[in-house]
Amino acid sequence: MVRNKRHDKLFTGLVVGTAAYTLLMVGLVAFSVTKGSVDIFMEEGIQFITGSDWNAVEGRESFGAYPYIIGTLLSSAIALAIGVPISLAIAVFISEIAPPRIGTPLSFITELLAAVPSIIYGLWALFVFRFWVRDIIEKPLYDAFHAYLPFFAKTPFGLDIFTAGIVLAIMIIPIISSICREVMRVVPDSQREAAYSLGATRWETVRMAVFPYVKSGLVGASMLGLGRAIGETILVTMIIGNVIGPSAIPTSFFSQGQTLASLVANEFNEASSDLHLSALIALGAILFILTMGVNIVARLLVKKKMKVSSGAKAQ
Amino acid sequence: MNSNNNYRDIVQETVTKKYKKRLFVNKLVTIFTVVCVVAAIVPLCSILLEVVKNGISAISFEFLTQPQGSIGSGSGGIAPAIQGTIIVVGLASLIAAPIGVLTGIYLSEFAKEGTFPYLVRFFNDVLTGLPSIVIGIVGYVVIVLALGSFSVLAGALSLSIIMMPIVVRVTEETLKIVPHSLREAGYSLGLSKAKITLFIVLPAAKHGILTGIVIAISRIAGETAPLIMTILGTSLFFTGITGPVDALPLRIWRLASQPYESAHAFGWGSALILILMILALSLGLRYFVQKRSPFKGMA
Repeated sequence: MVRNKRHDKLFTGLVVGTAAYTLLMVGLVAFSVTKGSVDIFMEEGIQFITGSDWNAVEGRESFGAYPYIIGTLLSSAIALAIGVPISLAIAVFISEIAPPRIGTPLSFITELLAAVPSIIYGLWALFVFRFWVRDIIEKPLYDAFHAYLPFFAKTPFGLDIFTAGIVLAIMIIPIISSICREVMRVVPDSQREAAYSLGATRWETVRMAVFPYVKSGLVGASMLGLGRAIGETILVTMIIGNVIGPSAIPTSFFSQGQTLASLVANEFNEASSDLHLSALIALGAILFILTMGVNIVARLLVKKKMKVSSGAKAQ
Repeated sequence: MNSNNNYRDIVQETVTKKYKKRLFVNKLVTIFTVVCVVAAIVPLCSILLEVVKNGISAISFEFLTQPQGSIGSGSGGIAPAIQGTIIVVGLASLIAAPIGVLTGIYLSEFAKEGTFPYLVRFFNDVLTGLPSIVIGIVGYVVIVLALGSFSVLAGALSLSIIMMPIVVRVTEETLKIVPHSLREAGYSLGLSKAKITLFIVLPAAKHGILTGIVIAISRIAGETAPLIMTILGTSLFFTGITGPVDALPLRIWRLASQPYESAHAFGWGSALILILMILALSLGLRYFVQKRSPFKGMA
């Protein structure tokens, strides 16, 4: 018995220790981004957020993150605008319309999409998909609207914010739709049966009995997708066009742009001075705060609807 | 009599009209959902098709065993990248898997409620949601700056921080579905909690946890962004744990940004190898699990 007690104490100590390691790692992330970016905030102050210069030449150094914050928000917004309706439709199809015979393999396929590394999405987007976007989507939009809608004004090139948004959408669709599916599974069948018994069609049942019941969960799922889109790096780096300075403030959907994450990836290995490096890490710090906020709100919304959330899918 | 009939006809007609419209909307939405499903599958098919089509012609014995030749020459291979991916991902898994599983055990077996477990769970979720490039900064500031050089160690630390929360989550969820009667049987034999957890509960949940670990490994094997800031990438083989090393995702990125056709072909080849490695890992697991699973439904 005494030995048992000793074993238990040891083991409890071990697992509590590893649990504390999680907290330590979060602390380490916060410490690292703070330590790395303190120089630039001392130098530029709030100007770093609002400024739009990006000059790493020694003696004329000036760094501002504003264009990249806008670029990040715009590309993510495009990704959400395209991705959310499609994800919802897929979730509705799999969980409400398709028989399990079709639904199960389909959900397996969407999960497969989620497992493709983003570098491979990037490679495909750079060499294949951007030409499709340019010829099939951007050119017609440009021809139809460029005369009177300024946000379709630039000649489309394929490497721009719009393409980045579409590829981000493709990347976040499996994530959003699998969480939406999980969330919609918690709707009790009595809800659906009540609607059907009133003579509602399938779509009316989904619209009036299913969606309202899990609204906050669906919003949360979309926000988890948003968090992913904001932080995605390598894929965006490969297709957004990578401009710096004031010209990175997008004037049109077809502008070449830059996001916080893509600029870090692009310049990190070529940083010419400590201040330059600090500025890049500070972009990471902004990203850290942005995604943490989005994720925390999203998790709270999803959790409210699901007592048991499945971690592997909800990443 | 006649007017009554007329009236009924009119009602019938409007009802049918409205009903037809509702049915029409229903059909429209159904078609829309099918179109969306197809729209999501097309990219997957295209990606797999292109990777296989373009990748297969790049692969040769030299490609798999040699370091890269001079830039643009199209000679040599990507062996250092394959080696580097295995080393960095392996090391990261050695750090993250045990810690992740133990933390999962803590959350499921030792502390279901209370402030500390709540915090652990909460910050675990926070870690899951952080962009990988932010986690790369940790490796850079904590290890690269301290050691003064880009290193395997920094890469492994960063990847382990990405992997750990996934393992924690899966372990906790899997342990939760292990039937309580198993634990009670252990207690009734007078076993310690440590023994019950390690020798009864954990083996019962083995396959679920393994699946989670494999999912997490395939996730970090494809990470690029944190590696830029930690292992740098070189065209040479592994020299030591404190030196820089190459990795497949990093190599694909570098190759894709070169202006040469031959480099692009190498990029596709590397992508195919990466996908095959991930696929082999999960197929191997599936084989292992199906062959030995005591409870087929659980894994």
